[in-house]
Amino acid sequence: MSKAADILVIDDEQVVQDAVIKICALDNYTVDVAANVKSAIEKISKNNYPIIVCDIMMPDGDGFQILDELNNRNIDSSVIMMTGYSTVENAVNSLYKGAIDFIPKPFTVDELLSSVFRANKYQKIKSRQKSFPVQNQNLELLYVNCPVKYLRLGYASWMFEERDGSVLIGVCDLFLKTIESVQEIELLQPEEEIMQGISCISIKSVDERIHKILSPVSGRIVEVNENIKLNSSLIEKDPYFEGWIYRIIPTDIDYEKKHLIMCSSELL
Amino acid sequence: MFKKIGFRLIFAVALTSLTIIGVFAYFNVKSHSRSLLIEVERHANQLGETVISSTRFDMMLNQRDRIQQVINSIGTQPQIRDVRILNKVGEIIYSSDTTNINRMVDKKAESCYACHSANEPLEKISITERTRIFRLHPDSSRVMGIITPIYNEKSCWQAECHAHPKDQKVLGVLDVTISLAEVDQMIQKSELEIVVFAIVAILGVGLLIGFFIRRWVSSPVNNLLSATKQVSMGNLNYSIKDMGEDEIGMLAHSFNNMTKKLSEARMQLFQSDKMASLGRLAAGVAHEINNPLTGVLTYSSFLLKRTQDNAEFQEDLKVIVRETLRCREIVKSLLDFARQTVPKKNNADINEIIDRAVGVIENQLSLNKVKMIKELDNYLPKITVDANQIQQVFINLFVNASDAIGETGGTLTVTTHQISLSPYGVAQIKKAACPKRHSLIDNDFKIGGLPSLKVKVLSDNQEGFIHLDPVYGKHRNHFDLGFPVTKDAKFVCPDCNISLVQHDKICPDCGSPVLAFEISGQGIYEVCSSEKNNWERWEFVDSAGLSEYLEIKIKDTGSGISNDDISKIFEPFFSTKGQKGTGLGLAVIWGIIDNHNGTITVESEVGKGTTFVIRLPLTQQR
Repeated sequence: MSKAADILVIDDEQVVQDAVIKICALDNYTVDVAANVKSAIEKISKNNYPIIVCDIMMPDGDGFQILDELNNRNIDSSVIMMTGYSTVENAVNSLYKGAIDFIPKPFTVDELLSSVFRANKYQKIKSRQKSFPVQNQNLELLYVNCPVKYLRLGYASWMFEERDGSVLIGVCDLFLKTIESVQEIELLQPEEEIMQGISCISIKSVDERIHKILSPVSGRIVEVNENIKLNSSLIEKDPYFEGWIYRIIPTDIDYEKKHLIMCSSELL
Repeated sequence: MFKKIGFRLIFAVALTSLTIIGVFAYFNVKSHSRSLLIEVERHANQLGETVISSTRFDMMLNQRDRIQQVINSIGTQPQIRDVRILNKVGEIIYSSDTTNINRMVDKKAESCYACHSANEPLEKISITERTRIFRLHPDSSRVMGIITPIYNEKSCWQAECHAHPKDQKVLGVLDVTISLAEVDQMIQKSELEIVVFAIVAILGVGLLIGFFIRRWVSSPVNNLLSATKQVSMGNLNYSIKDMGEDEIGMLAHSFNNMTKKLSEARMQLFQSDKMASLGRLAAGVAHEINNPLTGVLTYSSFLLKRTQDNAEFQEDLKVIVRETLRCREIVKSLLDFARQTVPKKNNADINEIIDRAVGVIENQLSLNKVKMIKELDNYLPKITVDANQIQQVFINLFVNASDAIGETGGTLTVTTHQISLSPYGVAQIKKAACPKRHSLIDNDFKIGGLPSLKVKVLSDNQEGFIHLDPVYGKHRNHFDLGFPVTKDAKFVCPDCNISLVQHDKICPDCGSPVLAFEISGQGIYEVCSSEKNNWERWEFVDSAGLSEYLEIKIKDTGSGISNDDISKIFEPFFSTKGQKGTGLGLAVIWGIIDNHNGTITVESEVGKGTTFVIRLPLTQQR
């Protein structure tokens, strides 16, 4: 397969296509366009796109079909889903089916650029991992997987149920690796409600990009890790234990767990 | 016509009275005519005896001319048809009708049959057997005949004439026939009278019954009928006026009740239907509007990035980006409203939000000659709110005020200050449990829109449920048990029947048992179990003291809201602006304030203006 462009944008609206092209040009990406599911699948089968930006609702089908198609063909493009009908279900479903990010329309230049930036980085990490000889894969750790009993939403956030029924929430190492280095973390207050699939943490990287992390479960924040506030690099040093972010009382964890991925699974 | 219930009833009553009067009249006429005949019979018999005794002497002397004369003179009496004397062989010897004299009468004839039916003639027979009623011709009037036998006497056989031997018992008979024309006429007359009476009585009864049926049955039934027609045509506000206490009155009452319930149910259905269509609308709008908004937002933020050295452009572009982001939040909140999700709260300065809201619609206000007066308290603490949503609330209220003021001009006053309110009448019980930890919160029964506390009552083998107001201090409790609560009634958990009554404690006001509920993490809530008493205590809340609120008053000098409309203004799709409004504004506002655990109230006077009061808690209660 030849490499035609860095990004394929799939959307039936001309204005959205043009906007994505214009924005991505700022970071020197080349963009190809598909206006519906059918032509998108044609293009995917012909060319290899590292990044795909895909709308969910289209006249001849939905974006989930594209995700299924990519899974069937074993193509590991990084998919960013976007939709005007930004329900929690859509967001969570996209991430469960293998998309790496979900951005609700309308979005700003920065929001799309930081997402594309992470997707690009994600691709690089994955291809670098692949380039290692099989026997060395475990030695050369590019990122740390989340511990076995943890569950994750996409590759971004994790949750762990404690014995007392509260749930810890944090950021996955792979996500942190895709944003390079953390400069500042913006957190919510205790007592605030968070919802699965809605952004709950905002991280500013050294290059001034803002990265939003979607919450893996819904609930009420009872505790915020004060150590993170004091020392934001803690999250990078120990993302799964000392670097937890929120402790919450979950509202509907049994239902929401169905859309999360076991950290022990080989997905992604 | 026969299908009408009134007519059928009248018909039934008339038929019954016809039967009764008919039977009565039949027996009445019958006994009347019998007594008349008996009277005639007695009269005829007496006449016979009189004739015999008055002719006895003449017979002794055998003075036949005189006998004939007596008979003639009696025969001339008007009712007497014929008087005759027959001898033992049946020859007519004397007769008032002289043509018949010397004629033989057949013994088999009707007049003789009574005695001569046997071989030997009878000597003594009773009066009824001596009487006969017959017609000479089929069309002539009836005639009664009575026979009086003339017996042999000592003087007869000893008389000189020796006309009769000694051993003869009966010498002859006297036969008197009397015309019954007059009696028949009388019977006919009384029959006619009875028939006339019957007809008059039946008509009278029919009219009377008809009148009462009309009054008690037909017109109430017709009212009910027209009411059902109205309801079936969809007019659920139709109610029947009071119809008294009888069964039909009760029916009307329960009909009114039913239509009321029906109309309430329809309202609810309508409301949830509205909410559902609002949800669909929101989803559609979100999808359709978000694509063009993507264009605006990406291009404007793109320009913002590319014109970083042009301060003038930057300022304007920032406004476009900021307001487009606000659009994004509005669309999102429309979706959120349809799905009632939680707001994104941050610490914010309420005065700043008001300033920003005023900035957005300043042009519109000055066009409408609305004078904006801001009386903002500069020392307010920051409050945790979704600034975008609250700004939207203010903009909406300002626009409404400006519309209400119209083109004549007026003032719009915004006041902010901090107030302290007692938790009494505000604090809400959100979680309550029995000692076995079953939840007592009933989401299906709401009081003032909030889920109530449900308690089972067992009293005298009857059981029912009471619902207590979840708001501390409002006392809108529902005791709709349908049976009285006795002294030893039990108040128990609906799930496990464990008693909720507190031991060793009685209500300080009335001495009734005290119910106690565990409020998770917030102590114990106690309430008097009597319907008539409002005593209650929630120490946890009382000890917390007063709660702090920010109060924002938005007062306009506009046209005001009528009493009819004021109860509906927070309903979705209710609008007084006609084509100009969607009717969503205040519904969305209500949803936003409610999501912030705040309250919004409205006071208005037509022609003078409207005041909206928003209270937002400074500390978010959970």
